Amino acid sequence: MKIVVLVKEVPDTWGERYLNLETGLADRHASARVIDEIVERGLEFAISWAAKNPGTEVIALSMAPVEATTNIRKALAMGADRAVLVADEVLVGADITLTAQVLAAALTHTGYDLIVAGDQTTDGAGGVIPAALAELLDLPLLSRLASIDVTGDEVRATHISERVTLSLSASLPAIVSVTERFPDPRLTNFKGIVSAKNKPLEVLSVADLGASIDVLGSARAILTDIEAKPPRVAGRKEVEDADSGKRLADFLKQNQLA
Amino acid sequence: MATDNILILLEVTPDGHLAKSNAGLLGIAAGLGKPVALIVTSQDDAERLSNAAAELGAAQVLLADDDSTSFVTPSVDALEGAYLATTPTAVIATHSAYARDVLARFAVRMGLAINVDAVDVTRDDQGIVARHSAYGGTYNVTSAVTYGAPVITLRAGVADARAVAQPVAAEKLLVTKSVRRSAVIDAREVSDAPVTSRPDLRGADRVISGGRGLGSAEGFTLVEQLADALGAAVGASRAAVDAGYVPQSSQVGQTGVQISPQLYVALGISGAIQHKAGMQTSKIIIAINKDETAPIFDVADYGVVGDVFTVVPKLLDALAAADS
Ligand SMILES: Cc1cc2nc3c(=O)[nH]c(=O)nc-3n(C[C@H](O)[C@H](O)[C@H](O)COP(=O)(O)OP(=O)(O)OC[C@H]3O[C@@H](n4cnc5c(N)ncnc54)[C@H](O)[C@@H]3O)c2cc1C
Ligand SMILES: Cc1cc2nc3c(=O)[nH]c(=O)nc-3n(C[C@H](O)[C@H](O)[C@H](O)COP(=O)(O)OP(=O)(O)OC[C@H]3O[C@@H](n4cnc5c(N)ncnc54)[C@H](O)[C@@H]3O)c2cc1C
Repeated sequence: MKIVVLVKEVPDTWGERYLNLETGLADRHASARVIDEIVERGLEFAISWAAKNPGTEVIALSMAPVEATTNIRKALAMGADRAVLVADEVLVGADITLTAQVLAAALTHTGYDLIVAGDQTTDGAGGVIPAALAELLDLPLLSRLASIDVTGDEVRATHISERVTLSLSASLPAIVSVTERFPDPRLTNFKGIVSAKNKPLEVLSVADLGASIDVLGSARAILTDIEAKPPRVAGRKEVEDADSGKRLADFLKQNQLA
Repeated sequence: MATDNILILLEVTPDGHLAKSNAGLLGIAAGLGKPVALIVTSQDDAERLSNAAAELGAAQVLLADDDSTSFVTPSVDALEGAYLATTPTAVIATHSAYARDVLARFAVRMGLAINVDAVDVTRDDQGIVARHSAYGGTYNVTSAVTYGAPVITLRAGVADARAVAQPVAAEKLLVTKSVRRSAVIDAREVSDAPVTSRPDLRGADRVISGGRGLGSAEGFTLVEQLADALGAAVGASRAAVDAGYVPQSSQVGQTGVQISPQLYVALGISGAIQHKAGMQTSKIIIAINKDETAPIFDVADYGVVGDVFTVVPKLLDALAAADS
């Protein structure tokens, strides 16, 4: 059984995040970079499932600049068996459909029984890559999951959206996307970090994938304009006293909000 | 006024009504061209939903049969059919779990590019452009596609535009079922629509949110009381959701809903960066927190350093006194 986890590197949400105002691209050097918090839960699922099911291989797959190697190693330190990084200058600023085409080609290269993605990243927040891959690879999609259960060659899972909970099933191969409802990821320990150094990490270019990926020839999303919004400035701040409620009510009325 | 088709995928609620977000979707579409609405639904609801869509401004309604056992793909096949039948200038739907899956599969199937999570869609001399509010409203970004019709998801509740009602022009769409593999829906559970007269969090003018500082589900009723006094919607931080004070659908922030109401009141919320990502573009922000160093004060127009359990009751009294 081969489980491929799609790992995206994103700017850490605990700090300020920047877009480059010249290029519109996420500024990779301005903020600390981490593995997307949601997909880390997918990684946790894959690794703990593999621990209970001998003969399972967990592969971390990412498309990102080579600098992302550090974070990919973290996936190995958590317990993935090997990693594949597609890094190529032509992919700088890749949009959703190009990203999906590259990941689909890389998945064909690695092989897979189950593909695990995050529902939506904290970065692009598109929440569309898993469905795009399902279409490109002709796979059943089980998205926005609260839980998952894999037995034999069948996957059963619970999909959640605002008021609807669906029990879904499909036979493998399939692609799933996990949400915040999945358990917290494990912390990496010293032993994991040491063993990660000896695990294979393959870095591939688009040419290595041997796929006919037409970077410019297909319809692509482009950024036409970007501006930084001036940051909010704090207004008045006062310590509670007997008239706080009254002053708040007056403030609401002055602003036609009460 | 442009007369080319703008294809929109409408969303139907579990009880068979048009979702509230559809009004803004049709409002945006009417500003761009002729709104053609696709509804994937059961035969029984078709006529009623067509009328409702026309009332909201759909110039043409295309109806496709829902298939309650295959996940996502029937809607993708229907959208493909509608696209081929109407050759629209743009395809737009809400940035919801359902529409994201449908539009993503549809876009790669048709070789089209996607603009996600737009807060507005307009037309300039180059064509259709989408506006986005990135990284919690820190950046305004405009995007377009290199060619072909853009496939756009619109953030729920952001569109103020409303279209004028149209005469009902509904027709059945002939859909060719694709042979794509799909997950099977084995069971479906629908939770009751919340019995509330409060506005929806998405799109509400006023929002009162509570955090861990409310201490318990019982304490959280204070948030609800203030919301009702101001005709506001109820929101929450993730800590309040995780603690079970309120359902997950109330979560404001990076992994919850992102909103820009006229008024946002944060009660007992520290103002973590992921929470601010969902509310810092609100017009007026009020914060009440007993920790004077809480980061929520950095974005508040009016901050009160104090206990919500004493300040809010006083505010409720002052509001009630002013009313009588
Ligand atoms: C602010 C911002 C706005 C953007 N808007 C658009 C837009 O409107 N249209 C457009 O075409 N592109 C857009 N992009 C670019 C787009 O985000 C990237 O192409 C990206 O790779 C898709 O990312 P996502 O974060 O939206 O993915 P999502 O669909 O949210 O990701 C879901 C899951 O897919 C997997 N995944 C996604 N990307 C990768 C990757 N590179 N490597 C491995 N796994 C991955 C992960 O498992 C992830 O959890 C935008 C980027 C930013 C930063
Ligand atoms: C990937 C990721 C995504 C996230 N997404 C979200 C998201 O979408 N939305 C979100 O909200 N969070 C999100 N978070 C969590 C976020 O980091 C914070 O943990 C969360 O917002 C804290 O909620 P809180 O402010 O209610 O709780 P706390 O940080 O515990 O703050 C409680 C506040 O209440 C105050 N208080 C206590 N008692 C009183 C009283 N009686 N009167 C007045 N004030 C009082 C305290 O001083 C404190 O400031 C995310 C985190 C991660 C890592």
